[in-house]
Formats: sequence, C-alpha cells, structure tokens
Amino acid sequence: MLRRVLTAALAGIALTACSVTVDDPAPPGERVVTVLTHDSFAVSPEVLDAFRAKSGITVKTLASGDAGELTNKLVLTKGNPLGDVAFGVDSTFASRALKEDVFAEYASPEADRGAQRYRIDPPNRLHAVDVGDVCVNVDVAAFKDKGEPRSYADLADPKYKDLLVVEDPATSSPGLAFLLGTVAEFGESGWQDYWSRLKANGVKVVSGWEEAYTQDFSGSSGRGPRPAVVSYASSPSAEIGEDGNPRTRALLDTCYRQVEYAGVLNGAKNPDDARAVVDFLLSAEFQADVPGQMYVYPSREGVALPEAWAKAAPLPAQARALPADRVDANREQWVQQWRSLVQG
Amino acid sequence: MAFPGAGLRSGWTLAALLPIAFLGVFFAWPVAAIVGLGFAEGGVWRALTEPGTWGLVGFTLGQAAGATALALLAGLPVAFLLARCRVRGAGVVRAAVMVPFVLPTVVVGLAFRALWPDGGVLPIVLANAFFNVAVVARTVGGLWARVDRRAEDAARALGASRTRAFTSVVLPALAPAIGSAASVVFLFCATSFGVVLVLGGARYRTLETEIYLRTVELFDLSGAAALSLLQFAAVVAVLLLGGAARRKRERALPLRVEPTRRPVGGEWAAVVAAWLVVGALLVPVVGLVVRSLATADGWSLAGYRALAGTGERGTLAVSGWQAALNSVRVATDATLVALVVGVLSAVVLVGLRRRGSWLGEVLDTALMLPLGVSAVTVGFGYLVTMDALPGDFRTSPLLVPLAQALVVTPLVVRIVLPVLRAVDERLRQAAASLGASPWRVWREVDLPLAARSLVAAAGFGFVVALGEFGATSFLARPDAPTLPVVIARLMGRPGELNSQLAYAACALLMVVTTVAVLLIERLRVPAGGEF
Repeated sequence: MLRRVLTAALAGIALTACSVTVDDPAPPGERVVTVLTHDSFAVSPEVLDAFRAKSGITVKTLASGDAGELTNKLVLTKGNPLGDVAFGVDSTFASRALKEDVFAEYASPEADRGAQRYRIDPPNRLHAVDVGDVCVNVDVAAFKDKGEPRSYADLADPKYKDLLVVEDPATSSPGLAFLLGTVAEFGESGWQDYWSRLKANGVKVVSGWEEAYTQDFSGSSGRGPRPAVVSYASSPSAEIGEDGNPRTRALLDTCYRQVEYAGVLNGAKNPDDARAVVDFLLSAEFQADVPGQMYVYPSREGVALPEAWAKAAPLPAQARALPADRVDANREQWVQQWRSLVQG
Repeated sequence: MAFPGAGLRSGWTLAALLPIAFLGVFFAWPVAAIVGLGFAEGGVWRALTEPGTWGLVGFTLGQAAGATALALLAGLPVAFLLARCRVRGAGVVRAAVMVPFVLPTVVVGLAFRALWPDGGVLPIVLANAFFNVAVVARTVGGLWARVDRRAEDAARALGASRTRAFTSVVLPALAPAIGSAASVVFLFCATSFGVVLVLGGARYRTLETEIYLRTVELFDLSGAAALSLLQFAAVVAVLLLGGAARRKRERALPLRVEPTRRPVGGEWAAVVAAWLVVGALLVPVVGLVVRSLATADGWSLAGYRALAGTGERGTLAVSGWQAALNSVRVATDATLVALVVGVLSAVVLVGLRRRGSWLGEVLDTALMLPLGVSAVTVGFGYLVTMDALPGDFRTSPLLVPLAQALVVTPLVVRIVLPVLRAVDERLRQAAASLGASPWRVWREVDLPLAARSLVAAAGFGFVVALGEFGATSFLARPDAPTLPVVIARLMGRPGELNSQLAYAACALLMVVTTVAVLLIERLRVPAGGEF
C-alpha cells in the first residue's frame, strides 16, 4: 500500500517537473512591452511577428476582464501598473480612466489617419483603435412573413410582441450599450417611457450575452425561441449559412457606438517602446487584422473589411453615442432606474 | 538531544508557521487590503443599512440552505451505495458523481436554463445542489464505511425496524460527517456565482453576485466592502455552528473499513434511490455531450476535431489539448501545495486539540474561510498587495495554483484530520519510548495509517482544482488558460463552431476528471475522512 502511495507521490512530483510554474525568462536585451487588454483581445501571430521583426519589440498581452473590469484594475494599480500599454477601455468607461489619470499623454503620428474621429480628450491620452457597434440582431428567416422591424419604435410595436431578448445593463456591456442607445434616442425624459412600452411588449431580460445570444436567440446555433436579440453589428458575419448568405442581420437603426481605446500607461517601465506599440495598434497592418480577430471595425480610414462583412456586417453609418463624461456621471443612476422600472 | 521536548516544540512551531504564513499572505492580507480600501472611501455604514442589503443576505442564505438540504438528501443514498454495498458499477458511480463538480458554472447554468428558460429560485437551488452531491456522497460515505455494522445489526435483532435502526443508530454515528459536509456545501452554495448570474437573471441576486457587480462593474469599493463583511460574518457563523455540531458527536474513528456486501431487502430501496440520483446528475451531463455533437446540419464531430485548433478565427490563444494540459499541470501544482499545507495544518490541529487548546478551533475555522469569501475580493486584493512581493507577484504564473490551493486546502484538512486524530496515541508513545525521533514517529506511525486518506484527499483536491473557475479566470494568463477559462471564453463568442468547441471542451474536462477519479480508484483507496 505504502509503496503505491509513494509511487503516486513520485509520479506527481515528476509531473510538476514539467509544470507551468516558472516564467520563461526573457532573453537578455529583449525589449518586451506588456499590453493589458480586455478579454476579447485577439491578434494574428503573424502580425505580431512582423512587428517584432521590424521594431525589435516583443508584445506580451495580459487579459484583464471586460472593459469595466479592465478600467477598474487600471485605476486600482495606477502608479504601479501591471503593464506598459492598455487596450480596451471603451467609451463607456473612458471618463473614469481619464479622471483617475491612468494614461500618459502621447501624440501618435498614426492618430490622424482616422482615429481622430473618435477622439474624446484633447491632450490625447486615449487613441481609438476600433469601433464596435451594439445593435439589435434579427433572425432573417423568422421575419420573412411579417417583415423585419427597423427602428427602436418598431420593437415596441405589438406586431412584434414577445420577440426581443436583451441583456441586463447592470451585468452586461452590450446590455448597457443598448440602454444608452435608448437614452440617446429618446432623451433623458423619454427613455423610461420607451422601456415601459418594451416591457408591455414582452421584452425578455437576461443577465448576459451568452444566454441571450446562444440560447434565447433563434438565429444562432442555440435555435432559441426569440428572433431578435441585442448583440453586435458584426455578429451576422459569424452566422453565414450553407448558401453563403447570412442567417441574421443587424438592424442598423438601433445601433449604439462603442469605441475601444488604447494608451500608454503612466508608470510604464519603458515609455518609448510603449509608444511604439500604440503606433502599432493604429498601424495599417494591425488595423487590417482587427475585424477578423475581434469582430469589430478598424478606426483607421481606408482599411478594407473582410469580404463576408460587406454583405453580412457593414459598419452602421449612423450609430448613436453619448458623450463619455455624461455616461460616467449618469451610468449608475440610469441602471438603477432601469432596474426598478423593468424588474419592479 | 539534550532537551527532547525543545526539539519537538520547535519542529512543531515550524509546522504551524507554514499554513499560517500561507493563509496570511495569500488570503488574509489581500482581503484585508481591498476591504480596507473600501473603508477608506467611507460609506460602508450607509451601504450596510440600505434596505436591499438585508434582502440579499436573506436570499443568499436561503438558497444556500435549500441547496444544502437537497444535496444532503440526494447525497446520502449515494454515500450508502459507495460505503456499504457490493454492487456492479459502484466504481462508475464514484466517478460519475464527481463529474458535476468540475463543470464550469456558466455551462451548467445554461444547461439548467434550457429546462427552465426563465430561471428562478428552483433552478438555482437545483443547480447548486447538482454541483455538491459529490461532497456529501464522499464525505459521508467515507465515515459510513467505517461505522461498525454490528451496532446496526444488534438494533435490528432487537426488533427495531430498518427505519428505526437508521434514525437511532446509523444517523447519529454519521452526524459529524453530515455536519461537516453540510458546512462545506453551504459555503460552496453561498458563494456560487456563475449559476446565480445565469439563472437568477436580473431578478435574483446574492451577496456574491452583488460583490462582483460592485467591485468589477460599478467600482463601488465601499459597497463591496460592506457586503464582504456581511459575507464574512455569515460564513464564520455557519462555520461555528457546523464546528459545534461536529464536536458534539465527534469520537475517534475506527481505522478499520467495514467490508461491503450485497444489499438485502429494504436496502435495495436506498440503492435504487442512489441510482436515480446518479441518473438525474447525468441528465445535464448527457445534454452537454449531445450539444457537443449536434449542429444545424445533423451530427458532427467538428467540435472534437476543433480541440486541436484554437477556435473560429483563433478565438483562443492555445489549442483545446494545450488547455487541458495546462489544467492538469496547474491542478497538480495546486494539489501538491494544498497537500503540504493541509497535512501540516492537520498535524498541528491534532496536537492543539489533544491539549484542548482553543487555538485549534480558531485555526480550523480560519482554514475554512477561503471557501466562503468571494473570489473577486481575493483577486482584486491580489492586485493591490502582491506587487510588494519580490518580482511583482501580481502577474506570476505561480499565483494560479496558489489561489486554487486556497480552496483545496480546507478539503484536504477535512479529509486527513479525522484519520490522524483517530491514531491511537499509545502507538506514538510506544514508538517514542523506543527511541524514535518525532519525525520518525510520524513517518512510522501516522503516515502509514493516514496514507489512504492522503491519496483520497489528493484525488478530491485535484478534481476541485481542475474545475476551479472564479480565482483562475481572474489570474490565469492568456497564454496559459485552463479548460474552464477556455470554455467560458468560447461561450462568449458567436459562431456555431465556437459553441460546439466549448461543449467538446466540457466533454474533455469530464473525461480528464473521470480518468483522474478512476486512477485513484485503482489505488484501492476508499474515500476516507469526515471531510
């Protein structure tokens, strides 16, 4: 018996010999820039390799939760940040990061190729890397007979009763974006009334995108019961049918614009290399990789979208947006009011 | 050695120091730091007196109590089957009952949501119980296997009905294990996060989900601190209650394991109940496997083939296989750390208890606390403290197994402690008087007697670490994610292949778990201990 135990213990120790617990030390002289990102960050390895070959800089990423969590982590660790650059603070949370002085000023030479359209702070601490719109998606086949809804108002029309599923703005970032879209559309005085009508029209509220999109929505692989869902403008590009046509469509009149920003962190260990990485994030090479990897639209002008996107997921021309400081000042209050209105 | 007592005492102090240092550095310090930040902001008192706060406390404790009761009810027949019966397929039951334990909460939440599309209290309670039947089955089963059958047989011979013999002989003997299992299950349920979020929709919230919201989304640290304090108070209260129940009935365990036998007469009812429970546990599991195979165009193995890749358009940084390997490695490290810390703690606790010191109770309760404190609180605590350790420990890959070990250690203690406590003191004295050093006494007396429970603890701990999600998702680096982290990431993406790959990864996680449990079975170690 004891021998068996010892064998097991030895096997365990042998396993640890190859365990992950040690950091690979960087080769001496290598320049490493750590980029803190949101969980959805992704980039093709070839693009990173090409950047390393050109600049001598190795980019290391550290995923840090969704945009809100990332922002809060940056605020908690300001002064001694976990990395040199942060990417993924979005327009909903940007004011908090700016107010807490998390980012350093930097005038990137790449910033005037399109990113400037989404600039939110004059000293140029945050640079727009991509644009990801949140829109209502519909299952095309399910609306063949009655015609698709087009606008916010249509969604509250009894003709489309019990068809929409949305996410709780308190727990989900697309849910929050959709709420902000209705505030932008109907104004401070009108959005609550609109939500009362949505509620009367049988809107279903769930806590996260996963439940809404993969389970309740009829256009995804989950084949749920509801043909309309709050998701992203780009989602239909992932739902191409056998015939090459998208099975779902984003309603371009229900979109709220979320811009994702990057910046050099105050306290970066090597600010020069960190700036070079921000330039890289805005460069044509990285920007062309953005749609395929992260399901969002490049901020740079003149970057071609993947072929499927032209048909399935064009960038909404007219998305709503609210100023970042207004969102920051009212977010909690709106969410509270929404909670008592929709769940009360 | 001139003063044998002195050597013993210093070795003993060293043994006590390690668990205390581990808990202090990787648990108490970060938690205190983040709660302290909340206090510095002010407003904690106001958050405590908000009317909604007490509703949260009530719902948290209520759903946890309901789920605990249900898990006990479902777990007892399974424990009986595992401990007492020689029937075909007992090994399968032992493995099957562990599978729910490792499933990612978001996946289980979605599985229950498929049956209850609108969520609600019932599916929350059911899902929490679903996860924890294993804890009851193994904890209670471990003790049940050692309860002397003769007392029960005597009661029957004296004319007691089967029910009467159970309630007045067996149940009291099992009370310590039931109390122990109940407190562990209660802690798991009270801090369950993913399930409540998915099934509670926007309506039902617990302290855990609210602490997460306030810390992560609203950045309301003072509100989070207030709720963390409440959670802490509730957990300590439960632990003290559970500890008191355990002590009242506690006695030295016989180390002999009763042989199993074929069930007779009415015992078959319990066996059938156990099979029904296992069948019910497997319903969501089978559902997951079906989902991993079903596509819009019929059945397909595409999800499994995709395990070799990184998802649609490279959703993942590593392949599914690589993630499985990471999981195994990290869980191995976590288990080793937890074994060292847990066994040392158990040794110290036995010593303290023998002297009747109240310190034993304090340390015992402190060791259990990590099960009852929010992973988010600990995770954010790491952010504001771990940079003080050499080499900026905040981003160290070591932090993942260490955080998992925090959760595994209390389970190791619960399994090993009762066995060590049952070792006859006279054996140790005899060895010592024959000239054995304290280390030699431990090696020759305690270790062989406790070996089986050590292996059982290692196995259970390994499975818990495999499935750990809360702290791991917070700390795991993107280049070395574990399977549960990978699954959660895949579930958050559109596209049929990603969804199928997620379910295939779940199936892989279940296979890894089953293999681990069966390997431990091969060592012929019955699950030991009170837990």
